[in-house]
Amino acid sequence: MKKKERKLVVTFHTTADAMAMEKACKEQEVPGRIIPVPRAISAGCGLAWCAGLSDRERIVSMMKKTGIEEEEIHECMV
Amino acid sequence: MIYLDNAATTMHKPQCVIDAVVGAMSSMGNAGRGANEASLSASRLIYDTRERLCRLFGGASPKQIAFTCNSTESLNIAIKGLLEPGDHVITTMLEHNSVLRPLYEMERQGVRLTIVESDRQGRLDVSRIEEAVSSDTKMIVCTNGSNLTGNYVDVEAVGRIARARGILFVVDASQTAGVFPIDIERMNIDVLCFTGHKGLLGPQGTGGLYVREGIAIRPLKCGGTGVQTYNKSQPKEMPTCLEAGTLNGHGIAGLHAALGYLLETGIDKIRAREQDLMWKFYEGVKGIPGITVYGDFSAKERCPIVALNIGGYDSGEVSDALLTDYGISTRPGGHCAPLMHEALGTVEQGAVRFSFCHYNTDEEVETAIRAIRELAQEDE
Repeated sequence: MKKKERKLVVTFHTTADAMAMEKACKEQEVPGRIIPVPRAISAGCGLAWCAGLSDRERIVSMMKKTGIEEEEIHECMV
Repeated sequence: MIYLDNAATTMHKPQCVIDAVVGAMSSMGNAGRGANEASLSASRLIYDTRERLCRLFGGASPKQIAFTCNSTESLNIAIKGLLEPGDHVITTMLEHNSVLRPLYEMERQGVRLTIVESDRQGRLDVSRIEEAVSSDTKMIVCTNGSNLTGNYVDVEAVGRIARARGILFVVDASQTAGVFPIDIERMNIDVLCFTGHKGLLGPQGTGGLYVREGIAIRPLKCGGTGVQTYNKSQPKEMPTCLEAGTLNGHGIAGLHAALGYLLETGIDKIRAREQDLMWKFYEGVKGIPGITVYGDFSAKERCPIVALNIGGYDSGEVSDALLTDYGISTRPGGHCAPLMHEALGTVEQGAVRFSFCHYNTDEEVETAIRAIRELAQEDE
């Protein structure tokens, strides 16, 4: 297993939200990628958006502008 | 074979639809069930299909599109998930059993049902809907177009009544989605129910509903969703709320391609062609002695459907002769629209329905006219 790093992880209520996030990030060249929700955050399954800690402001403002609703925004070892 | 049963299902699909389904069957994982590439590509394609449908119907958010197997499932979800005993609901004689049977079921559970009558041409007077509204009216549910006569219903006028009186408005767009312009916002539609395999040109087993933001529907089914695994209840957020179990991803891939075809071709162009074929057929058969054509042909806007009978002949017998003698596929009988047949006076005889697709040719229509003329002559 690769070494873990502290990252920004955005979780969503639905897969549709996660897909909206991925699409908007690609279109607006916001960094990050889809990952399975880490167990440390939630024991349920689902998809999350994972990016660097320094991208937080950019991601939050893009989500606000695009109207994408997060479940939670975490910082954790991924 | 000359296929003139497009109101039942469009048989000729664009090649891109077939290619998309075949492609999906060799590459698609289960949407929302993991972050592996096969699953993610399914999730992306399904989300993109929500976006295309939302755009086609003038919706506010792709998240408000939930996928189902067909209009029937969508209508069951909307009717059973919004009405409660004690509520009053209004519908019309034009409806298909996919609307009527769920309503009758709710009536047995204590919902009060009013069915607004049509005239003998199957025309709906929208002001009669307004007259039926009372203080306990929760919902108006009506079709956008009759599957039997092809009569078009001005849902924008019905939507204005619903909005002014604060009533939920549910529309059955089975015969119109993909052919007629539908604008959820302008028409004040709260729940739009559609199927993928008719005018939308997608595979059977696809369909869905658009639910206006802020309207919570009790789910008909609950189960796996790929999210919130340890929640004992079905998630409340759209579209997951109404999508328990694996979606028909392979079918939705076909619907995605079909929507691409429709958006590129333009539904106005498709509708104009289909209506041309319908009018050509109507003009060719209406004057033939012994022919009775049903529905309102004084209206400019109508679905590309012509229902008729020859003399007193059983519609099944005529449909069978059309197939065996001329290779023409039509639909006879009741068409799952019992009240419409009552209005037309055709409960016993049924009717032979010709329904057109833009892929049909002028020559096919000419053959159908000739067939009706010859069969009518045999009757004399």
